Amino acid sequence: MTTHAATAQPQPSYLVDTGSRKGLMAWLTTTDHKRIGVLYLYSMIAFFLVGMGIGFVMRLVQLTSFQHLITAQTYNALFTVHGVIMIFLFVIPGLPAIFGNFFLPILIGAKDVAFPRLNLASWYFFMAGAILAVLSLFTGGGAPDTGWSFYAPFSLKTGTNVSLAVFAAFILGFSSMLTGINFITTIHRLRAPGMKWFRMPLMCWALYSTSWIQLLATPIVAITLVLVILERFFGIGIFDPAKGGDPLLYQHLFWIYSHPAVYIMILPAMGAITEIIPTFAKRTIFGYGAIAFSSMAIAGVGSLVWAHHMFTSGMSSVANMVFSLLTMIVAVPSAIKVFNWVATLYKGSIDFQPPLLFALTFIFLFAIGGLTGVMQGALAINVHIHDTYFIVGHFHYVMFGGTGMGLFAALLYWFPKMFGKMYSKKAIYASWFPMFIGFNMLYFGMLILGMMGMPRRYYVHLPQFHTMHVVATVGSWFLVLGLLMFFGALLYALFKGGKAEDNPWGGVTLEWTIPSPPPLENFETIPTITHGPYHFEQESK
Amino acid sequence: MSETIHSTEAHAEHPGYGTFIKVWVALLILTGALVGVSHLGQTYAVWGLLTLTPLKAGLVFYFFMHLKYEGPLLKIVVLVTLGTLLIFFALLFSDVAFH
Repeated sequence: MTTHAATAQPQPSYLVDTGSRKGLMAWLTTTDHKRIGVLYLYSMIAFFLVGMGIGFVMRLVQLTSFQHLITAQTYNALFTVHGVIMIFLFVIPGLPAIFGNFFLPILIGAKDVAFPRLNLASWYFFMAGAILAVLSLFTGGGAPDTGWSFYAPFSLKTGTNVSLAVFAAFILGFSSMLTGINFITTIHRLRAPGMKWFRMPLMCWALYSTSWIQLLATPIVAITLVLVILERFFGIGIFDPAKGGDPLLYQHLFWIYSHPAVYIMILPAMGAITEIIPTFAKRTIFGYGAIAFSSMAIAGVGSLVWAHHMFTSGMSSVANMVFSLLTMIVAVPSAIKVFNWVATLYKGSIDFQPPLLFALTFIFLFAIGGLTGVMQGALAINVHIHDTYFIVGHFHYVMFGGTGMGLFAALLYWFPKMFGKMYSKKAIYASWFPMFIGFNMLYFGMLILGMMGMPRRYYVHLPQFHTMHVVATVGSWFLVLGLLMFFGALLYALFKGGKAEDNPWGGVTLEWTIPSPPPLENFETIPTITHGPYHFEQESK
Repeated sequence: MSETIHSTEAHAEHPGYGTFIKVWVALLILTGALVGVSHLGQTYAVWGLLTLTPLKAGLVFYFFMHLKYEGPLLKIVVLVTLGTLLIFFALLFSDVAFH
């Protein structure tokens, strides 16, 4: 694939402290993109486990015998905090911050991102936002109870600590924007010689389109959140109808960012899946151009569908029809990707390994999430299922079944490269079963509950919903068990795992041409690229 | 790395203070016009804001923020951003205008 000039001295791994600072200080002051990626990985897994614990308690409360555990007000705080942590601290930054940071420069043949110090600053913004979000739970009027969407006018009136939580989200937005601008510049300016746009691995296209959304959409929600704070402190009357403001304007501004944010979450996962499938099918990707353009199309069209979150909020019927149509259109590029993944597997020499299992799980669960999303794009159905458990089930199929499983697949795929250790494949397979069964019991249960009419965010429920609530809650136990087994297996591998080969999966993109774990500056000599990214020898014979 | 976004040769073409003062005067006139239009009623005030304010911002971008002297890449980035904003406005008006 590439030509390398030989050098005598191999560089030490990025995990070895080579500067004047050692240990924790070396990590906290690093500008190496790989270390920053690992910092994000550890922080986000910690946040994920907290969010998971909260979700577990929320499900437990739906078993009426456990309802004495928390009050209704605490339940409101829990679903808000669960949403804020999972969305702002895990799913939105997840794949770009971890794997984008670690692998983007390597995939395009660069030594680092364009702005390494800005990269570290982004992580500090992220951590500052996270700390403020956690502080908001225990200070002021207590944990916010608005839901993660902070809808006005309730968010303007509630006595809970919305101002600090909103400010935390504002700070997190800066982290996201700075990462976006860093990646765009890196892809434009630091590609290796011969790495033309259509020779880039498709993960890079996914990160590129994601970065544009981060850059263009995040400032809108940042300003909106500042307006919420100003409204709470000074009563300026932008969103408060009592002062002539328009609460629908808040919903528009919030979703102008927060719907594209869904694509910030899912596009990099799609990129990771697109890397995994050719490697384990041992053949080039089916329809490279179609996948690259579909990433850009999802980013573009996905930015124009925000008001489908507002079909029942009193928008004009013209807007309802326009946004319903646009929502149907955005399903097309997503379907192109799914088709191309499946077509790549067709007649491939499939090597079934844990990353492929999780990639296939992604496709299956994302397909359910996507199709239930198309259902909601239809106006009549939307009126019936709006604000029910159906929405919660759909969202978790897309965000957890999609982004979450995509992140797990990416972690399994790149773990040996990142840490030079190999995990127990049996332990991962064993964790998959409870995870998959529990996932579908929990979230398909929610889809059924939603169709039956169970509203979301309710502390109590009517007797006719109880059976499905029990099914969903038992599913959550299996799911948590599987997740703990999964992370346990990886944690064990980190300390006690056997040494991983440089290329354990037979991959052909650039990261597999360098040692595991990678050296400090990735390449001893910057490679010269002579052909596309998925060039398998056995295929070309 | 041969092409850079901020070209030093381009910055050599900067005009003198005369141009900047003329633009400043134009901005003052436009501000005056905006204040005047706002006294004619709410509809005029809104349309005045929607047309004259972007014009003023454009002058500031073009001359004071040196967009005029930048390469095509930066101009395209600004146009993409403005295009995105216009699309957002148009879709927002599909709700607001038909209430």
